[in-house]
Amino acid sequence: MIWRFDVRARPGVDDSAGRRAAAALRDAGLAGAREVAAVRIYLVEADWDDATARRAGAGLFIDPVLEDFTLGRAEEPPRVPPDAGVLLVFKKPGVMDPVEESALKAAADLGFPTRRVRTGTRFEVRGRFEPGALRALAGKALANEAVDEVSLGERSFESIALGHPYRFRLLGYDFLNAGDDDLAEIGRKLGLSLTAKELRRIQEHFRGAGRNPTDVELETLAQTWSEHCKHKTFTGDIVYGGELVQNLLKSTIMKATRDLARPWCVSVFKDNAGIIEFDDKHNVCFKVETHNHPSAIDPYGGANTGLGGVIRDVLGCGLGARPVCSTDVFCVGSPDAAEDAVPPGVIHPRRILSGVVAGVRDYGNRMGIPTVNGAVLCDPRYVANPLVFCGTVGILPKGKSVKEVMAGDAIVLVGGRTGRDGIHGATFSSAELHDKSEEVSGGAVQIGNAIMEKRVLDTILQARDRDLFTSITDCGAGGLSSAVGEMGANTGAEVDLEKVPLKYEGLTYSEIWISEAQERMVLAVPPARVAELLKLFASENVEATAIGRFTDDGDLHLRYEGKSVGNLDMEFLHEGLPRWSRTASYSPKPGREPLLPEKKGYGADLHAILSSWNVCSKEWIVRQYDHEVQGGSVIKPLVGAGNDGPGDAAVVRPVLRHYKGLAIGCGINPRYSDLSAYDMAACAIDEAVRNVVAVGGDPARTALLDNFCWGSPEDPENLGALLHAARACHDMALAYGTPFISGKDSLNNEFRVGDRRIVIPHTLLISALSIVEDVRRCTTMDAKGVGDLIYVVGTTKNELGGSHYYLLHGELGANVPKVDAVRGRRLFEAMASAVRAGVVRACHDLSEGGLATAAAEMAFAGDLGIGLELARVPCSIEVDRDDQVLFSESATRFLVEVREKDADRFERMLAGVACAAVGEVLHDKRLVVKGRSGKVVVDEKIADLHESWKKPMRW
Amino acid sequence: MSFPRALVLRAAGINCEQETKTACERAGFWADVHHVNRLVERTELLHNYHLLVVPGGFSYGDDLGAGKILGNEIAARLGEELRGFVRDGKLVLGICNGFQVLVRAGLLPDPFSPGPNRVALAANDSGRYEDRWVYLKICSPKSEFLKEEEVIQLPVAHGEGKFVCRSPEVLTKLEAGGQVVLRYVDRDGGEAGYPWNPNGSAGGVAGICDPTGRVFGLMPHPERFQDAVNHPQWVRKGKDLRPDGLLVFRNACEYVKGRLI
Repeated sequence: MIWRFDVRARPGVDDSAGRRAAAALRDAGLAGAREVAAVRIYLVEADWDDATARRAGAGLFIDPVLEDFTLGRAEEPPRVPPDAGVLLVFKKPGVMDPVEESALKAAADLGFPTRRVRTGTRFEVRGRFEPGALRALAGKALANEAVDEVSLGERSFESIALGHPYRFRLLGYDFLNAGDDDLAEIGRKLGLSLTAKELRRIQEHFRGAGRNPTDVELETLAQTWSEHCKHKTFTGDIVYGGELVQNLLKSTIMKATRDLARPWCVSVFKDNAGIIEFDDKHNVCFKVETHNHPSAIDPYGGANTGLGGVIRDVLGCGLGARPVCSTDVFCVGSPDAAEDAVPPGVIHPRRILSGVVAGVRDYGNRMGIPTVNGAVLCDPRYVANPLVFCGTVGILPKGKSVKEVMAGDAIVLVGGRTGRDGIHGATFSSAELHDKSEEVSGGAVQIGNAIMEKRVLDTILQARDRDLFTSITDCGAGGLSSAVGEMGANTGAEVDLEKVPLKYEGLTYSEIWISEAQERMVLAVPPARVAELLKLFASENVEATAIGRFTDDGDLHLRYEGKSVGNLDMEFLHEGLPRWSRTASYSPKPGREPLLPEKKGYGADLHAILSSWNVCSKEWIVRQYDHEVQGGSVIKPLVGAGNDGPGDAAVVRPVLRHYKGLAIGCGINPRYSDLSAYDMAACAIDEAVRNVVAVGGDPARTALLDNFCWGSPEDPENLGALLHAARACHDMALAYGTPFISGKDSLNNEFRVGDRRIVIPHTLLISALSIVEDVRRCTTMDAKGVGDLIYVVGTTKNELGGSHYYLLHGELGANVPKVDAVRGRRLFEAMASAVRAGVVRACHDLSEGGLATAAAEMAFAGDLGIGLELARVPCSIEVDRDDQVLFSESATRFLVEVREKDADRFERMLAGVACAAVGEVLHDKRLVVKGRSGKVVVDEKIADLHESWKKPMRW
Repeated sequence: MSFPRALVLRAAGINCEQETKTACERAGFWADVHHVNRLVERTELLHNYHLLVVPGGFSYGDDLGAGKILGNEIAARLGEELRGFVRDGKLVLGICNGFQVLVRAGLLPDPFSPGPNRVALAANDSGRYEDRWVYLKICSPKSEFLKEEEVIQLPVAHGEGKFVCRSPEVLTKLEAGGQVVLRYVDRDGGEAGYPWNPNGSAGGVAGICDPTGRVFGLMPHPERFQDAVNHPQWVRKGKDLRPDGLLVFRNACEYVKGRLI
């Protein structure tokens, strides 16, 4: 029998969930929603009598100080109050609801045996509105219908069981006699996202074997050969002009790393994450992933599982690393876009941003991994295809950095159970979005269970330290098919699919094999260690199951209840993919420098830049993230006198016993790519390095990660831009001596509505990880002492192309910032040594909004004034206007505060580098800038600038 | 057992156990981390220790309410042992989620007075999880963890930390008994509104102890200020700042040395 518990706030107690729901409904347009009561519903299938149910309710589901509950039978719903509209929101059947598992455990603890639990929310909405409008807006404000079931009014529940018995039936497809059209039809039907050439290659292979493929074999090939897993564009042939580029990745980014041959690079482009040396006992690893398409459909779940996935990458790196901090970067449409500017089938940018922030928050905070660095970029072209980058840094013992599967090892699956979740994630993320994606691809969207992953993490690290396994990888895109397929690539593997623990009955062998259910890892365990490993996992309440073994025959053999359902040659699986060949061209529209009138004052422009979405304070986001858990926080994302200035990079100590640390920063500026993909990439690298150097990172011990997010590579212009950006990565990495250690690409970031195509700007995120020898030498960006000197380091050029200043005036310009890497490297080295020597009191990098923005931020973060003279700023010869000096976004520049007594020493350390004292820190809390002629061009109160910067995202 | 020993509890979703252990060690404890399952299997394990810490995190995901499931588990499986532990003069500390757990388990505000809960930690007034540094006034010498009347700084990081009493009399009684140990205050030590009082707690209450002073729960994280460089403004104020968070652990250690060994 199914009991229903309705839990609501006691009279007089604040119903914060109801309050938030009312605000969300009003925001979505239901102005008449006056008041909402949020009632938590628990449906419990158990053999309880009335008294037991009442005791269980009191003990399990409420806090008696805050809440009351009513008890009923689920088939007889409670009445709807006459003065309220009622909405019920439940997760769709099969969508992860972590509460269900916890509730079962809690009930068992208290001695109330329970079979099943399902949870939901009843919203009682009071006010003046049409019920139809309430129902229509609920999908926006209170639920996401990609994952939630919403009903207006009450309903009864006869059953909360999931699944149905499964009867085995082997499915095969006729490839031997198929023509191209038939192959394409099979591909479409199975959702394989394979090209005609790839399907023909598969046909050829099976003709050779003299049999037809089974469904699970085709699925395995499709997953393994997906763009997401194989990076066909980056590793294929590109014809560019008269040139043939074979394997762009190897010939640019990886080549730079190889040529640099840094001894501290431990493992690059091999494992789940790049590994570098940290201290005498530990290495550190770093990986950044994207989760764009799932986040477009369900921002919360997409970002949630995006972070969960990259954490598993780190956990599966080497023989398991402990995550020490995370990063996140979001690219979205403008949060203040008009509702009708948002294409049909697309979630409004503000709701996307709120959703992805909540997703990262709930996963990172629950895992106990501080989220310490990030960025938000807004551009109308991200409106339908937002980008969500999540990164995680981990630490692992030096002796645990290499993995090797041995034939004979058991294949042990640990963690969450397998359901029908996320089927076809790898192939989905490799295809473009369209206005029906939500309906077609809902199954590819999931919600994570962070506590499950935390349990898996805790247990795996113990197993690692007891040498209980020889290799490990995460179940990510492609599920078991990718994990086992990759681990056994050099050996062979056999799997008994019926052994995989399921959330509910009814999954076919094929679904089990490709399900992307979250929070699962695969271990290779020597036979002699299996019993000890299983016992360890049981002691931590984490499910672990041997599902097969690694063999030495080079075959991937799949069975279900003893019957063979698939047998693929590992070599064909991994090497059989036909090489891609594509044509590239590159001819970006040439820019034009606008003729903006020179002005007497630029205060209004500065205020507007500080209030732009890309520059404004992200405190609303940062405060929701636990950025201090693990106790290693040294430089926080928010710094300064009021703990609210924009830090350049984060610094953490992953080992609390000493003061060696890590600086983590990022660089990204997609607007420059409208002018030049090469310079966009070079600037992103410069910015990432600049950020870590600003806080005290060592440029000689800095590693980089690349994440390319691009439109379709079928478009030769997109591909040409990709080629140029990759070449910039190569050139800059070599010039700066900063090797790439890991990377990822996400192509096909386009949205189709009717015949309109929205392509994202070419976006490259560069993440930097730098070793800090002694974190007690680090510095922050806030002004600290009245009378201190202010220096500009680096040359300001007439480079307003793609700048925020031009954006403000609706212009793109032409003069995109170009990096002078030879000078840049010298500058970074000099700055790093000055920070280490302790002569730099504050340091802020100059980026979006240029010198004026950096000076304003330094001043208000320190709650002090700054006076500057533009005539003293080191500029290149062609600079002849105040707005160029104020707002140019030339690369490799810093604003530096130095005590007067340290000025000589600082200048000596910066000898040979463009560097000049341009002003001082003022007691008067104003930013006062004298123009080139000596007349004041900016004179603003710090408090006003601060307010302009804080106001936009005070949500 | 000639040196102070601390047991740092671990459970699914607890996630501050390592830095809490380090803070204990810095203060002079020998510290071990144990999973709650081990303690339930062998309750006598508890007797090897002088201090039990329930660290922060999201025990069991805070499903069914913050700290609820671990609180229930502790009440049902370890309640008697823990009351004995306190009766023996030993110390119990709950930080953030650990504070919520001690309240749910009935160990705060009074382990020896059974009955329905009289206090709770409810959702923040802001409706959001927030990580920020706050000023705290030590306003009672009752607990063994904080003694001197002064204003200290620590970070909070929670979504459900608003101290709520079942009735105003409950708060009056706690105050009269000296059980309100920590209050959120502003920079100058005065009564504080948001964001200085980050969650809307009644009376600005940030931490309470039991009538013996040996069970202490607080929402702020003392283990996150165990080194000068943890402070958000150490670059401005200098790296010789006193890490206020260590006070909690040092006082506990002094107590153990003076009274238990």
